[in-house]
Amino acid sequence: MIPAAVGYVRADSTEEAVAALREHGDEAKLLAGGQSLIPLMRLRLARPGLLVDMGRADDLRGISVDGDTVSIGALTSHSDLEHSAELAEVCPLLAHVASQIGDPAVRHRGTLGGSLVHADPASDLPAAVLALGGTLVATGPDGSREIEVSDFFTGFLESALAADEVLIAVRIPISTGGWSYQKFNRRAQDWAIVGVAVAESGAGVSLVNMGSTPLRASAVEAAVAGGAGVSDAASVAADGTEPPSDNNADASYREHLARVLTERALVDAGA
Amino acid sequence: MTVTDTPFAGGVVGEARLRKEDPALLTGEAKFIDDLELPGALWVACVRSPHAHARINGIDTSDALAVDGVIAVYTGTDLADTWAAPLPCAWPVTDDMKNPDHFPVAQGKANYAGDIVAVVVATSRYAAADGLEGVVVDYEPLDAVVSVEDAESDRVVIHEDLGTNVSYEWPLIPDPEGVDAAFEAATHHVTETYVHQRLIPAPMEPRGVAVVPAPHNGDMTLYSSTQIPHVLKVMAALTLGVPEQKLRVIAPSVGGGFGCKLNVYAEEILCMALAQRHGVPVRWTESRTEAAGSTIQGRAQRQTIELASDADGKLTAVRATLLADMGAYLQLVAPGVPLLGAFLYHGLYDVPFYSFTCKSVFTNLTPTDAYRGAGRPEATYAIERAMDALAVAVGVGTDEIRSRNFIPTEKFPYDSPAGLVFDSGDYQPALDRAKELIGWDTRMAEQAERRAAGSTTHLGLGISTYVEMCGLAPSRVLASLNYAAGGWESATVRILPTCKIQVVTGASPHGQGHETCWSMIVADRLGVDPDDVEVLHSDTAISPLGMDTYGSRSLSVGGTAIWMATEKVVEKAATIAAHMLEANPEDLELTGGVFSVKGSPEAEVPLAGVAFAAFTAHDLPDGVEPNLEAQVTWDPPNFTFPFGAHIALVEIDEATGAVDLVDYAACDDCGNQINPMIVEGQLHGGIVQGIAQALWEEAIYDEDGQCRSANLADYLVPSAAECIDMKLDHTVTPSPTNPMGVKGIGEAGTIASTAAVMNAVVDALRPLGVTEMAMPASPMAVRRAIEAAGGGAS
Ligand SMILES: Cc1cc2nc3c(=O)[nH]c(=O)nc-3n(C[C@H](O)[C@H](O)[C@H](O)COP(=O)(O)OP(=O)(O)OC[C@H]3O[C@@H](n4cnc5c(N)ncnc54)[C@H](O)[C@@H]3O)c2cc1C
Repeated sequence: MIPAAVGYVRADSTEEAVAALREHGDEAKLLAGGQSLIPLMRLRLARPGLLVDMGRADDLRGISVDGDTVSIGALTSHSDLEHSAELAEVCPLLAHVASQIGDPAVRHRGTLGGSLVHADPASDLPAAVLALGGTLVATGPDGSREIEVSDFFTGFLESALAADEVLIAVRIPISTGGWSYQKFNRRAQDWAIVGVAVAESGAGVSLVNMGSTPLRASAVEAAVAGGAGVSDAASVAADGTEPPSDNNADASYREHLARVLTERALVDAGA
Repeated sequence: MTVTDTPFAGGVVGEARLRKEDPALLTGEAKFIDDLELPGALWVACVRSPHAHARINGIDTSDALAVDGVIAVYTGTDLADTWAAPLPCAWPVTDDMKNPDHFPVAQGKANYAGDIVAVVVATSRYAAADGLEGVVVDYEPLDAVVSVEDAESDRVVIHEDLGTNVSYEWPLIPDPEGVDAAFEAATHHVTETYVHQRLIPAPMEPRGVAVVPAPHNGDMTLYSSTQIPHVLKVMAALTLGVPEQKLRVIAPSVGGGFGCKLNVYAEEILCMALAQRHGVPVRWTESRTEAAGSTIQGRAQRQTIELASDADGKLTAVRATLLADMGAYLQLVAPGVPLLGAFLYHGLYDVPFYSFTCKSVFTNLTPTDAYRGAGRPEATYAIERAMDALAVAVGVGTDEIRSRNFIPTEKFPYDSPAGLVFDSGDYQPALDRAKELIGWDTRMAEQAERRAAGSTTHLGLGISTYVEMCGLAPSRVLASLNYAAGGWESATVRILPTCKIQVVTGASPHGQGHETCWSMIVADRLGVDPDDVEVLHSDTAISPLGMDTYGSRSLSVGGTAIWMATEKVVEKAATIAAHMLEANPEDLELTGGVFSVKGSPEAEVPLAGVAFAAFTAHDLPDGVEPNLEAQVTWDPPNFTFPFGAHIALVEIDEATGAVDLVDYAACDDCGNQINPMIVEGQLHGGIVQGIAQALWEEAIYDEDGQCRSANLADYLVPSAAECIDMKLDHTVTPSPTNPMGVKGIGEAGTIASTAAVMNAVVDALRPLGVTEMAMPASPMAVRRAIEAAGGGAS
């Protein structure tokens, strides 16, 4: 698998990245960990004219807690999330979900920002962030703005981020209530066939690989909020979803899995 | 010189020594095809048909030729005059077997997705890949034949000139009336149908080829990631029409094969032709996705097996009928793969009447061929799954049904109903030991408890015993099966002047550890350190004679040749030592690297002294040539027949259908072991590979013949995380077929484990009303089966 010819520049800070995107326009594509972009390029499904490598933009890396908000730099790797003692304390769901991604090599290179911007409905972190709620901070030629997590995923592999914007950070509320992540796959290294994330004992519930975007299971959340029992709440997990069919699962099996896994997640989270 | 009674007295054989190959492999020092530095080499990229079946109405290469770095583009028509013969199939199993012409580049029609229709030659790998995009092929898609049933119907005839999709029918029915009578008289008549899905071999290193020509003297060196440099040399010379003495084939470090590199491939012949044409080195490295379509695939057959038994479940006849998928063309040994199982559909059971028939058909899919076990996993699967069905019919345990039918130990050597002679065996102890390792009784009790309590996680225990024929093979037997080559192996043992040892083998290792084992065999006998033995292989200039590595043959055939060459060189050394000691050669013994005279231990000379004396040749006995070297070619009188018993324990989550392998135990018997650590390693890998067929792996094709699992995200090769600790033990029943008493272990794990796991899956599901499960037992398939049987918590 040989990618098409591509140009390359380094952007070692947010400013340099924004400047490079402005200068090169549609041609340019940000490169973070490369774990989604490079495979697409090798298959020649993506053919950017220029890679803007943010790999050394250290100002975008790190985890900090301020009051009841956790801020995570977009370039923070899955592995850093997985092994952060601080994150394990203030948001154990996110740390655990990061540990379930791919294999160690992928987790060392892949980044939180890359995973969110890639917006793959089958990915783990987007759904986890969706269950947790919060905002995403982006910077572009016109300065910075905040985007609600619930507004971020707009379509299959599409986000609310503009082509000339850089995702800077993720801000999520501290979340130490009952949580669970049920990832169902056939091999440890694989994407979820279906996944269910539960935060705050069922106040936040989201689904992996059940539609064209990561989905919030609002019906389940409403049922939990309304005092429904766990199995009643789980029984509506697939309502309103349009899951894909592929080698591992057809749509109706995915719906079934969503219900089974949601029940397990709610039980696990003590809902 | 006297020969010791036990074959091994040196204390080296039998030791679990670390492999001497590994430091170079683990540090990256070992060089694979793609690591070769060949200044000025041109890169080849293959334009492959995206259609499973399509007429090629035209090819426009102009855009490709305009790409910077592209030197040439050739179509099948451009190269039509290049080939002396089509790509070889060396196993015309019947005289009237239909074998379509198969050239490295298709002419007029593409017959599977992956068939090469044009080739780009460029100055770099990148330019070659860019050139691919510039080749515009005008395809006229045709109906594709994807299933064996559709192929058999001849709805669409793929190779029009053959008039049918059926390549051959091969029956083995020694006593047809006896079989019919047995079925008529049977109390129990079990009929089962199983499908072996297509498997993608997926060795760590995909294929690769590099050819270095010497245009002025006509020499040509072919580097290939192959299991068979020797066979390849002969076949390549014939296919391209180059003089064999000018051709040298080298297999550098080869990152696994599992049978898929036991072949002569289009790309090998193509690169040779292009190197000849351009007069410079030419190379090609396969990508993973390319490999999914262009390297042979394994298994791919539908089986029907019938068992006849008396009221006690004692077998009276076995009848097996196969419909095997050859893919679009016949690759090197593809037609013979079902035949390697043909003799074993009665397993290790004493059965008087036997019937086997195989019909093989062409489809518009990637050609199939040998894949780890080749025919024997298929045979074992059929008989071992059917034995469980028989146990249910008779109403006895799956262990008991087997014990009742094992070939009794006193019947060895056993004349099998299919016409083979099983060399040695003692089957019951292996099953007993495997049951002990897994904790059979405890697990059965646990299963009963869970069932009684209405648990929704179901335990299943599955046994698979097996016997296989390996050590390919007696040349005369191969002749009777119409195989175009022999089954001997060659070895040279050379004691150098400084008493270091060089061993040359015709086997061609690609991960197995031959260098370690061969060193141990020689060191054990000569009394030297195994690290003082160097094993040379896989280069036809260094090892000109060989039949290579496949079919668990290396130790029992190639290793035996090493053993015999060692004996021969010791004999010569003894003659010289006797001369030096003024003794009779018959009175000498070699122990710990020293020749001494029996009865008078003070009269001794070290092997090193003899080696130097042989080198200086100052004072050799009359008629004895200088130097210590012996060459032996060994053609075995029979196959060897390893056996064993494997037991899998699975747990099935009724709600999701997920199958969890909880425990695995096996007791295998490969006769005497040279290095138990290597035996264990072969078993670990083999068992996991077989489990993979049961639970994960499947080349999935849609109705148009497109592969939907062409990368390692979609084709589920298990990783270390999916493996479990296995409980392994062994019995030792030496083979009388060779002096070391060894059998083979390279394929055993794969042969046994698939059926063990599937039997366990069906055992777990039986209370839910499920009686059959197709492979792979994916969560969705299991869940669907539970739902279809009307069971299952939602
Ligand atoms: C073998 C393998 C297995 C995997 N398994 C899983 C799995 O089980 N679960 C899972 O969730 N994921 C999995 N992944 C995907 C992995 O998590 C990726 O790391 C992640 O999807 C992308 O992150 P990245 O940093 O590598 O992004 P890149 O590949 O570098 O970029 C992805 C996209 O995001 C854009 N981008 C990246 N960072 C920014 C930013 N800060 N601002 C704006 N745009 C940006 C890029 O331009 C590109 O379009 C797997 C990947 C591989 C290769």
